This record gives sequence, structure tokens and C-alpha cells, in this order.
Amino acid sequence: MGIIGHIGRYALLLKETFSRPERATIYWRRTLEEMDLLGLKSLGIVGLLSFFMGAVITIQTKTNIDSPLIQAWVVGFATRQSTILEFSPTIIALILAGKVGSNIAAEIGSMRVKEQIDALDIMGVNSAGYLILPKILASMFINPFLVMVSMFLSIFGGYIAGTATGIVGSTDYLQGIQTNFIPYHITYALIKTVVFAFIIATVSAYQGYYTQGGTREVGISSTKAVVYSNVVILIVNYALTQLLLI
Amino acid sequence: MIEVKGLSKRFGTTQVLTDINAVFQKGKVNQIIGKSGSGKSVLAKCIVGLHVPEEGQVLYEGRSFHDMDRDEKKLIRQEIGMLFQGSALFDSLTVLQNVLFPLQMFATMSKSEMEDRAHTCLKRVNILEKDHLFPAELSGGMQKRVGIARAIAMNPKYLFCDEPNSGLDPQTSIVIDDLIKEITEEFGTTTIVITHDMNSVMETGENIIFIHHGRKWWEGGKDDLLNSDNKELNEFIFAGGLMRQVKKAMTGRS
Repeated sequence: MGIIGHIGRYALLLKETFSRPERATIYWRRTLEEMDLLGLKSLGIVGLLSFFMGAVITIQTKTNIDSPLIQAWVVGFATRQSTILEFSPTIIALILAGKVGSNIAAEIGSMRVKEQIDALDIMGVNSAGYLILPKILASMFINPFLVMVSMFLSIFGGYIAGTATGIVGSTDYLQGIQTNFIPYHITYALIKTVVFAFIIATVSAYQGYYTQGGTREVGISSTKAVVYSNVVILIVNYALTQLLLI
Repeated sequence: MIEVKGLSKRFGTTQVLTDINAVFQKGKVNQIIGKSGSGKSVLAKCIVGLHVPEEGQVLYEGRSFHDMDRDEKKLIRQEIGMLFQGSALFDSLTVLQNVLFPLQMFATMSKSEMEDRAHTCLKRVNILEKDHLFPAELSGGMQKRVGIARAIAMNPKYLFCDEPNSGLDPQTSIVIDDLIKEITEEFGTTTIVITHDMNSVMETGENIIFIHHGRKWWEGGKDDLLNSDNKELNEFIFAGGLMRQVKKAMTGRS
């Protein structure tokens, strides 16, 4: 199937996914379960990555602008800006595409090859809606919280790395992260996060839902889910940045 | 009653089913038999609407399934119970939750009524004591029983069983066959069993359709089966020595 065919089938799957649910209460319960599975269970890895990401940004920024003409607080400023504008929303989305995306594709793909999706369809359940909609809603709701935690820990990681190594003073760093703060940048980051969450959930679910074959194909679907989610995230990241920041 | 009229199905350039005509009667165990790859599972999937045939119709009590709108199809599907080859139980749900699932999605009952119904179905297939276990903790035969319990939870008018005996030992196979036959008689369902297990055919088959190379090759009862002069059917049923001995014992002819 060509790319146009895939886009068409993806659109039809989304139409099916967003059609009226059979029992709203069951969908809601599933959405809460997915928030735990896809969101809260990713908190550890997001926190760890963000802390060290911030630490590295601070050290690299200091290394690259080590000039008497540039004030010391710029390190904190650059760490905050890099974190809020790009690293937390985009890098965390790419990480989640790997963790959550592969999980979604493997789960739905396994259900396909074990005929569990056929079982849902035969019962008269809208399988796409039942399986995919809660994942989309859960991701779009919980990922902004993950990204906000990531922003905080990344900036905190930068502070610890900067002060522990002595490359930037505590006062300078704190001054930097408060200088020229534009609240809209947070909004921009959260808009990106919500869009990326939608991409991760839907592209991965698409790969899983149309898995054909056996366990090997489930593995292939998982890999494709991660690769295609990442590619789409990077393209959409560019488009959103141009649209929202210029 | 389910009728299939002139049904043809192909995947790409491969013609899988050609001009299938059949009537599946209410209150009987109708069987579709044939070699692996003959198209019998595809026929079943066309009947339940998982595949859309290129030609032909499937009539549920005279109403064409493929001409129904989305809501009508949903209603018909709520009257269908299906036992899958691999049971297709939901891994993340316990036995009880699997049986409760269709009830929670569609039934207009209170929670306690749903639980009563699920317990009744599990009791009917003699697996009530395992209701707290997950599918992975059950044997193949137990999974099939749970599959049957889930299939009958909504009191279906139509029961489909895809290879119900595959992967089971002969004793468990007989238990499952008996269960399908009893449920068919008890609930008056139109039951369609897809199988290539000749023990099962001789045990429960009332209206048998033999599919060969995607065409209906033969149709009849289990009594006609052993005496047929259809070459392909004989090759299929007498491929093993056991059936030849059965024929000899029953008819005196080899």
C-alpha cells in the first residue's frame, strides 16, 4: 500500500475511533486506566531523562559561551529557553513515542493476531473506538503534566549541575531562569505536547490495528510505530514552530 | 436460519470462495468442513461480516446482512456468539470479566443481574470455580469453555465455532463437542461449526457442507458422509486409517 493509501486508511480509522461510544462509562473507566499505564508509569523515565538533560544543557551552554562579554546568568536563561521551547516538549515526545508508542502498537497488534479485535467486532463493539479512543484521550490529557514535570526537573538538573561543578553561581542561574520570561512559551510547549500526544497514540494504534500475521509482525508494527511517530513528530514540530512562534 | 446465496470472495487476485450457496438451519449443529486453506474460515468470516464478499448475500432470517445499516448490523451482531480457534479471550480480564464484557457493553441489566447471568453461563460450561483466574492461567480446553460461556452470555440466536477442537486432547474435544450440541438444542441457536476434525463431525454434525478449493463440493448429513461417492470428500474423510475402519465397522465395506 502506498503512502496515500495509508493516509486514507488512517483517516478512516480515526473516523471510526471518534464515532459514538457504546457505553460512555466504560470508555471513561478505560481512559483512567490508560492514564495510569501510558502516563503515570512513564513518570520515572521522564523525570530521570529530564534531570540529566537539564544538567547537560547547562554544562554545554557554559562551555560554548565561555566569554567575559557574556554575563553569567545567560547559562540559566539558555537552559530555561532550550528546555521549555524544545527539549521538554519534543525530546520527551520522542522518548514517549519509543516507550508508549511501542506499547500501544504491541498491545493492539497482539489483540489483532489473537483475534481479540475480531471478537470485539463480532460482539458489535466498535473495536477502534473501544481500544484507541481511551489511549488518545489519556495521552492528550496526561502528557502535558509529564512535560511540565520534565520542564521543572530539567531546569532543576541544570541548577544542580551548574552549582555543583561551579560553572555558574546559584544567584546567576536563578536570575537567568527568571530573565525575560514569556508565559506564551509555556502555552506553545503545551500545544506541541498535546499534538504530539495525539500523533503518538494514533500513529502507533494505526500500526497495531492493521497488523497481519503473527508475533514477528507484531514486533515489526511496534518498530514502525516508533519510527513513523518520530518522523511525524519532527515534521509537525517544524510546522508548529513556524506557525506559533514566528 | 442463515442463508448464503452466491457468495464469492477474493483477496487481491486470489479467488478464495466461489459461488457458495448454503442454508444453515435453526436448532441444528451445521458444520463446514474442508482441508486447511479450503476457505471455510473465510466463509465463516463473510457470514459474520468480518469480511465483505465481492458477490452474493448473507441472509439472517431473510434479511441481507450487507444491505443493513450500521445500527442494524450492530443489533444482529449482538445476537451472534462466536467461539474462536484460539478462544480470543481478553488477556487483561479475568474469566468472569470476559463473560461479563458483552453484558456490560450492551445488556440493560443491573450489575447484580449481569453477575448472575455470567455465573450461570460459567456454571453451564462447568468452569465457575475458575472465574477469578486470567486466561493465561487456564488450559486450552478451559479457555474454550470460557469462550463458549462468553459466546452464550447474550443469549445468542446464532453461534459460530471456529475449529473448536483444535489443540485439544480427544477427551476434552468430546466435552466441547457435547457442550456445543447441548447448547444448540437448549437455546435453539443456529450453530455453525468450522472444523476438519472427523470425530467432531461424526459426533455432532447434522447438516454438513464440504468446501473444496473455495467451492461447495458436497452437502448432507453425517449418515450420508460415509457412503458418499464424492472423490474429493472421500479423500478428505478417509485420509486417516481410523475413519476407514469406522466405515468398515458401520457398513461392512472398506
